[in-house]
Amino acid sequence: MSLATMTRRDWLLSERPQSRMQARLGRTYVTWRRFSANRLALAGLAIIVALLIVAALADVISPHSPVIGDLRGSRLLPPGPEHWLGTDGQGRDILSRLIHGSRLTLFVVVLVAIIAAPVGLLVGTVAGYAGGWTDAILMRITDIFLAFPKLILALAFVAALGPGIENAVLAIAITSWPPYARIARAETMTVRNSDYIAAVRLMGASPLRIVILHIMPLCISSLIVRVTLDMAGIILTAAGLGFLGLGAQPPLPEWGAMIADGRRFILDQWWVAAAPGAAILIVSLGFNLLGDGLRDALDPRGGGQ
Amino acid sequence: MSIGRFLIIVATTYLGLLAVTFFIGRVIPIDPVLAIVGDRAPAHVIERTREEMGLNLPYWQQFLLYVKGVFQGDFGRSVLTTNPVMEDIRRVFPATVELATLGTLIGALIGVPLGVLAAVKRGSVTDQIVRVIGLIGYSVPIFWLGLLALLVFYARLRWTAGPGRIDVVFEYTFTPITGFYLLDSILRRDWAAFRDIFAHIVLPASLLGYFSLAYISRMTRSFMLNELSQEYIVAARAKGLSETRIIWAHALRNAAVPLVTVIALSYAGLLEGSVLTETVFAWPGLGLYITDSLQNADMNAVLGGTIVIGSVFIGINLFADLLYRTLDPRTRNA
Repeated sequence: MSLATMTRRDWLLSERPQSRMQARLGRTYVTWRRFSANRLALAGLAIIVALLIVAALADVISPHSPVIGDLRGSRLLPPGPEHWLGTDGQGRDILSRLIHGSRLTLFVVVLVAIIAAPVGLLVGTVAGYAGGWTDAILMRITDIFLAFPKLILALAFVAALGPGIENAVLAIAITSWPPYARIARAETMTVRNSDYIAAVRLMGASPLRIVILHIMPLCISSLIVRVTLDMAGIILTAAGLGFLGLGAQPPLPEWGAMIADGRRFILDQWWVAAAPGAAILIVSLGFNLLGDGLRDALDPRGGGQ
Repeated sequence: MSIGRFLIIVATTYLGLLAVTFFIGRVIPIDPVLAIVGDRAPAHVIERTREEMGLNLPYWQQFLLYVKGVFQGDFGRSVLTTNPVMEDIRRVFPATVELATLGTLIGALIGVPLGVLAAVKRGSVTDQIVRVIGLIGYSVPIFWLGLLALLVFYARLRWTAGPGRIDVVFEYTFTPITGFYLLDSILRRDWAAFRDIFAHIVLPASLLGYFSLAYISRMTRSFMLNELSQEYIVAARAKGLSETRIIWAHALRNAAVPLVTVIALSYAGLLEGSVLTETVFAWPGLGLYITDSLQNADMNAVLGGTIVIGSVFIGINLFADLLYRTLDPRTRNA
């Protein structure tokens, strides 16, 4: 190894960082080393990166149109050189539909995370910092939502709101914020009486400022881990809603709806339903592996290991 | 936890459930009357229906009436079957309970030993395999796995029966007693029916079993690791006890308390998770009832089913919590 890389590593691992940036980079480097020592976690990361690339380049790499098929010439073709994963009941190329479907999957996952995580963060930090009655009431509401059966409730919400991918996102988000509130509250409780919070308070910061600028950032890392671990569940719920015809509507290539579509042909043309299910399995597995790895890397003390 | 506090938790949780279903059924729809009389009804019919349904009252009064109705077991009538929803649910619920119970049994009987094995041989190939089995269980869409299982074990291999709960042949010869068909066929000593019912239930039950196995084995592993690192294990080894005895009689026994909770929770999860499985296997339970009603916009039936599953789910959750506190002396006066 050359001298340059050695010194760079020493700089990163320095016990006495000279600047805030060096400290941050050093910490990131240590976390990354712990994360990348876990081969399964790396596999999860690779799957998710591949998903992002496929979704970004969907128009370029998909060989056929995802919504227009050749009804006359290419219905229900088995996997072959022209259609790698075969075609469905309307003569559409399944691979192209899977590639475009990755966008919908990401859309759902990202949107649910963007809606549910901040709500949970806000409820949890406010409850934890305020304490007293505010805490009791907010946490009771959280526990009530936590005790509900998620899938059934999401079903009922979509039934009332009407089917569609936006409503599915909303329904899943409504049922998935409580764990984030619990985590954020627990983190808040550990820091609320620390000296640095007292110092900020003495300087005259308002409770709102303290919560947003000084408590929320500390909750982010455990929240990210939990959100990543929940992503697989979100994907499965969304696919379940799609399978029941309550999620994305045709002709959108949503993976769950594609399985429902292939159900009619399961006995003779099994690949129509098999391919989208395998895609869901791989992506959920990726998120689970990534989440496990992140948890172990960011929190070396506990976790599942 | 005092009894009073526990009762408050039970009451608020159930009220919360009812508030949410009320909100879904009465507040979100733009006009629930239109859903019943149709948009071609004359104005006076619409007005009369509004009055009859109590929709002119303020929301809090409507909610009280709603809660009162639910407590009397009145979920309204199903548009699809024209029966009272409660009657329908009573008819279909045993099928779901039977499936979920068998699923949990399978999950616990396989999941606990797997988890113990993984903890004992921590870091070994066995541990990795158990971990992967669990991870796939967490990641696989259960309805898809069900379809593939039907394809392989029913259509290709002919090992099991297909969708449904019992063959049409038995439709008129087999009269259920309790609604739990496996039990009924034993009570009636109808072994041909028993074989047929078993061939029908084995696939969906194994599938749900796998689902809960993933969760149970993972939790068992972490509880066991926790116990095996305790000092009393070292003491037992020093005493010269056999490794088998240490693992199964000492460590697992102490891990059993949180495990009971986990198994109860996974049972509740299966009751809910049966919705998708029942759809795939045409299993005539509450899950299929809810999804059928959904397709037909039969909101009374959907919400009735939601309340029943929700109540059982909450009940088991709270029961598991209570069980944990009673079984583990350390949490008693905490």
